[in-house]
Amino acid sequence: MSEKRTGAQVMCEALIRNGVEVMFGIPGGAIMPFYYAMWEYRDKLRHVLCRHEQGAGHAAEGYARATGRLGVCIGTSGPGATNLVTAIADAMMDSTPILAITGQVGSHVLGKDAFQETDITGITMPITKHNYLVKRAEDLPYVFEEAIYIATTGRPGPVLIDVTKDAQQATIVPDWNIKLDLPGYKPNYRPNLKQVREAIKLILSAKKPLIIAGHGIIMSGAVDELRAFAERTRIPVITTLHGIGAFPEDHPLSIGMPGMHGWVHVNRAIQECDVLFNIGGRFDDRVTGKASTFAPNAKVIHVDIDPSEIGKNVKVTVPIVADARLALQAFLNEFPPDREAFAELHSHASDWMEHIREMQAKHQPKQQYLNRADTEKMSLPPHDVYAALTKALNSRGNYRVVTDVGQHQMWAAQLIDWYRPRTHITSGGAGTMGFAVPAALGVAIACPNDTVWVICGDGGFQMTNQEMATIVQEGIKNVKIAVINNGYLGMVRQWQELFENKRYSGTPLSGPDFAKLAEAYYWKGITVEHTSQVEAAIEEAYETDGPVLIDFRVEREVNVFPMVPQNKSISEMILESPHKS
Amino acid sequence: MKKHTIVALVQDRPGVLSRVVGLIRRRGFNIESLAVGHSETPGVSRMTIVVEWEDVEQVVKQLYRLIEVLKVSDVTNDPIVEREMALMKLHAPPAKRPEIVALTEVFDAKIIDVGANTMVIEMTGSPAKVQNFIDVIRPYGIKEMMRTGRIAMVRGARGHTAEEFVESANGHAERVPAMN
Repeated sequence: MSEKRTGAQVMCEALIRNGVEVMFGIPGGAIMPFYYAMWEYRDKLRHVLCRHEQGAGHAAEGYARATGRLGVCIGTSGPGATNLVTAIADAMMDSTPILAITGQVGSHVLGKDAFQETDITGITMPITKHNYLVKRAEDLPYVFEEAIYIATTGRPGPVLIDVTKDAQQATIVPDWNIKLDLPGYKPNYRPNLKQVREAIKLILSAKKPLIIAGHGIIMSGAVDELRAFAERTRIPVITTLHGIGAFPEDHPLSIGMPGMHGWVHVNRAIQECDVLFNIGGRFDDRVTGKASTFAPNAKVIHVDIDPSEIGKNVKVTVPIVADARLALQAFLNEFPPDREAFAELHSHASDWMEHIREMQAKHQPKQQYLNRADTEKMSLPPHDVYAALTKALNSRGNYRVVTDVGQHQMWAAQLIDWYRPRTHITSGGAGTMGFAVPAALGVAIACPNDTVWVICGDGGFQMTNQEMATIVQEGIKNVKIAVINNGYLGMVRQWQELFENKRYSGTPLSGPDFAKLAEAYYWKGITVEHTSQVEAAIEEAYETDGPVLIDFRVEREVNVFPMVPQNKSISEMILESPHKS
Repeated sequence: MKKHTIVALVQDRPGVLSRVVGLIRRRGFNIESLAVGHSETPGVSRMTIVVEWEDVEQVVKQLYRLIEVLKVSDVTNDPIVEREMALMKLHAPPAKRPEIVALTEVFDAKIIDVGANTMVIEMTGSPAKVQNFIDVIRPYGIKEMMRTGRIAMVRGARGHTAEEFVESANGHAERVPAMN
């Protein structure tokens, strides 16, 4: 192994050594040596040429979110690197392990405004878990090893490595004898057992306990442990947007999603509960509403691997810094062995669940929230698309759903039945419109045997749809796109309708004929304008041996309900529009 | 908002100052003073940051998220010794010099340069004492001034060293080797 290599070859070998198989990117001047070297390694290292670096970044995210493995994206210096910024920020907010590799101008012209020079390490400092500027080829083996370790351990996140062109070109004898030296980075995985016992005491004495299951359950692979924990304690389970799939929604203990567009009975239960056990969720403001009014009666147990999340938004009684899976295992081990110890809790939990189900039944008609009386007059209410899609997903199985950001995203979270982890992939924290189509490219490559459904709005779709060409060039057939096309930036329009007196400033949106656009990309394109056509279109999408786009031209002004207005308490839910139409 | 004094130990690497400062800047807080230099351990720098903060605990936790940050403490309420140095170039015509010399003696300051119409004075002491001296000397005419910003250390046995970091950081959790 002590043969001479160029820096660029070292980069390829470092990636292969760390198990990387796929990379998404676009070449350019400053990254050309890496692309030159990549050709030699193409059997082991697949390169997917994207149409925009933002697409490459989201594809890497999709790959990572579907598998839990590192996603890799590549851009050249300057605009290539800055185009990655949105995806990097998205990965930071959603704790997604990606590695962004950017070329940089030669070290001798660094800081001299050279052609396509941008200070990308400066730009990405607040939106990466860590980043590096590498000016010497000798540093590459260590930096790649450390970068990948940081991206994939602890609370995962994006890491960027910016490599000057001369470092890629230099010839060295790489030293692969790497010992990581990270005195300031030692994530905690195992929980403090004293805290666990404290939490158990609290749980066993609870009368109205709740579990909030977040993204951490999925990332740590704690689905089985969560289920065992819930079944042992019989505590109702809430799943956050990123916790969707952490707990099967057909389980008798599952009660659904909380927060801004969560269910009434879930938010009411949170406001009434006396012990709130949040595992792997970060009390995002879309979950808590006005934080000072959130769960006013609850003692909170918060398990998070990131100490800075604990106590950030919500006051915590028992903090536990740990990996979600190891924490749940510790709880299961530390639980009292005799069933008697749980008798009281079970009896309370059963009454409590009955109460929650009563609230649910009471609000059920509203929760189907075909809130407008004239639904029957609509030719295509969006809910009919979700109903048909849910039916198809359930009957055909093997699916992944990638959603974008907006109304369609909330409907997908609310209306589709979710059972398994990593089947629901979306942009949560950053709320990045344009996420879904490129992310689906990454998901489709990671999961070739699944049907990957993109659900997106006509706004988000028009931001990044050029990756449809990438999907064709890569010979990917298992992507089907459902555009929920209402001719508006619908979520903003909804806010304007509800809070700004219907001043539709900048929200009406035109677009091309999406089916024709799909055909231009050599996809099959289908247009659906009436509920009666929905099932057949979905059927056709499944039966087509190739990528398919369905343009669902839905009723234009339908709202997502229930809704908690921004910065209001989750007790103050809106169930229907005050403007009856 | 209360003024806080934060002491941080960080790895001495390019960009680390920018990362720490960026985290504070993100919230729109103004840094009143910042002093950075070598610590007792080679490769480890020590920062003293003075800033007006409301929820200092959260920012301390977020500073810990930075890979190169080894240890952070809010020492505002601890028994600490604080020092700051100021260099001042004064308008000092010969007639005024005796008064200035007398004042520097009172405050234990040093005259380190004397020119035709100027004097450069070095004042070291607690931030309050330095400020006091500046107030007293200002009427004579300060032509230039540079303050180092304060540096701080906790009194007595309780320390803030890089070695101690391994056991004490992040409080309540037990540390184990990373998985994967």
